[in-house]
Amino acid sequence: MLEWLLSPLSYTFMQRGLLAALMVGVLCSIIGCYVVLRSMAFLGDAMAHAILPGVAVAYLFQGNLTIGALVAAILVALGIGLFTREGTIKEDTAIGILFAGALSLGVALISTIRTSGTDLTHIMFGNVLSVSPQDLWITAGLGLLVLVVVGLCYRPFMIISFDPVLAATLRLPAELLRNLMLVLLAVTIVVSMQTVGVGLAAAMLITPAATAYLLTRRLAAMMLISAGLGALSSLIGLYLSYYANIASGAAIVLVATALFILVFAFRRRL
Amino acid sequence: MVNQTHPTHEPARLELDHVSAGYNGALILDDVSFQVAHGGQLAVVGPNGAGKSTLFKLLVGLLPVRSGQVRIHGKPLGLHQDCVAYMPQREEVDWRFPVTVADVVMMGRFGKQGWLRRASRYDHEIVMHSLEQMGLTDFAGRAISELSGGQQQRVFLARALAQEPHILLMDEPFTGVDIATQETTLALLDELRSRQVTVMVSTHDLNMAAQRFEQVLLINHRLIAIGEPREVFRSENLRAAFSGQVLFLPETEGGAIVIDQCCPGDDHNHVHTHTHQHPLNAQDHIHPTTDPTAER
Repeated sequence: MLEWLLSPLSYTFMQRGLLAALMVGVLCSIIGCYVVLRSMAFLGDAMAHAILPGVAVAYLFQGNLTIGALVAAILVALGIGLFTREGTIKEDTAIGILFAGALSLGVALISTIRTSGTDLTHIMFGNVLSVSPQDLWITAGLGLLVLVVVGLCYRPFMIISFDPVLAATLRLPAELLRNLMLVLLAVTIVVSMQTVGVGLAAAMLITPAATAYLLTRRLAAMMLISAGLGALSSLIGLYLSYYANIASGAAIVLVATALFILVFAFRRRL
Repeated sequence: MVNQTHPTHEPARLELDHVSAGYNGALILDDVSFQVAHGGQLAVVGPNGAGKSTLFKLLVGLLPVRSGQVRIHGKPLGLHQDCVAYMPQREEVDWRFPVTVADVVMMGRFGKQGWLRRASRYDHEIVMHSLEQMGLTDFAGRAISELSGGQQQRVFLARALAQEPHILLMDEPFTGVDIATQETTLALLDELRSRQVTVMVSTHDLNMAAQRFEQVLLINHRLIAIGEPREVFRSENLRAAFSGQVLFLPETEGGAIVIDQCCPGDDHNHVHTHTHQHPLNAQDHIHPTTDPTAER
């Protein structure tokens, strides 16, 4: 049994992969609490796909894929804010437009790259086993940044999510906080690109948080439980991927989904 | 704020000066001017869509003033960050959000805490005291989703108290709640009067407005009348405010029935009777089932 657990870790790429998967699992699950509570599931999914053109451009110019993705994600987040300002267009419509446009642009750009096949698969579904030490540092740095901001803005984020009217009464900068939340979401998705891929990032945002929601009635507890579930999904998923020889992102999301179904079936509120 | 020896020389706590406001193209409030003194309690009445909620949203800064000026303590709106509290209608909040009753009340303290400071012992004390006053002590650790409608409303009231406001706005606190909550709310009004908190309450219940408030504001986009209930509830004012919804009864000499359709989501009509000669007498609600005149 012990050997069964330890033997994958004798490979450095597995060690790095596991670290990256754990960090992403925790990060996605915490930001995911806001995604679930603020009904931003569609936005999360859209944003994940919208980073594709950024990745493609970075690839074409041989830049850093993470930075390309980050720029694209933030542009899309700000674009949604611009289109919906003062209620010009409904938010889900704006998301739909930008999502489809950015995804098409990404696919168009990638189709110009000759050796696109494997790379596209990696971007869409992640390849946790190709994590470089540099990637690991970027993930850790951005992840820590996101968590620090969530810690500092815990109460204002809670207030604007629960009761926007109170937020206005207290003169909170609601617009700024909303945009900040979108940027945090963008960063989280970019970071998760490598482990679960853009196709499945939304699942890691939503599923552990939704599972945690079934188990508790306090936001802080929900975040902690969600983080635990995210880490557990990453851990089990990665071993599953190693032994059953399936794509890592898919394995991680499948475990998270299984946990949700289990909890939904046998839930007892903590 | 400078303390003045003569309270009469102090500027009115809340003052609206030719205020207009609305959404997009529609003008909801048209040239409204009035003032409320320190510790005054004002009932805001008028038909559906008359601008009662709009007026409140304007005062908490949710809606910009299109023209005119709102002054609090003699200064323009926005300079006093914490002194206006607003008790919204229950529909405006996501009740499935994972927070406890105590969490919600503590949110009211945020304005006084700032971003980085954690809740102090005083904050916790005031939260517990507010909960106690609203009869919610036993519910402090309960999730808000588990509460009844009346209890949810009392959570809002407790939160408004925890804000230690100078001005408290309550949007329809008497609509669709149980008797216990109505009683607690009324008791709170007495308590707030003794604390000199200025209160504005919007209501569809004209009897409540006439019996429990020293001042009534009657609006229908424009200001129709403001003053003591017996002066405001005159047939000409009611006609101006409710127009088609008033049935004037000749046999009761000036008596009138106002058939007031309540807020959206409330499926029964509220029917009130008033005679302007005896506005302070308790009048029974005439329900559509018992009064044939209302069943048109």
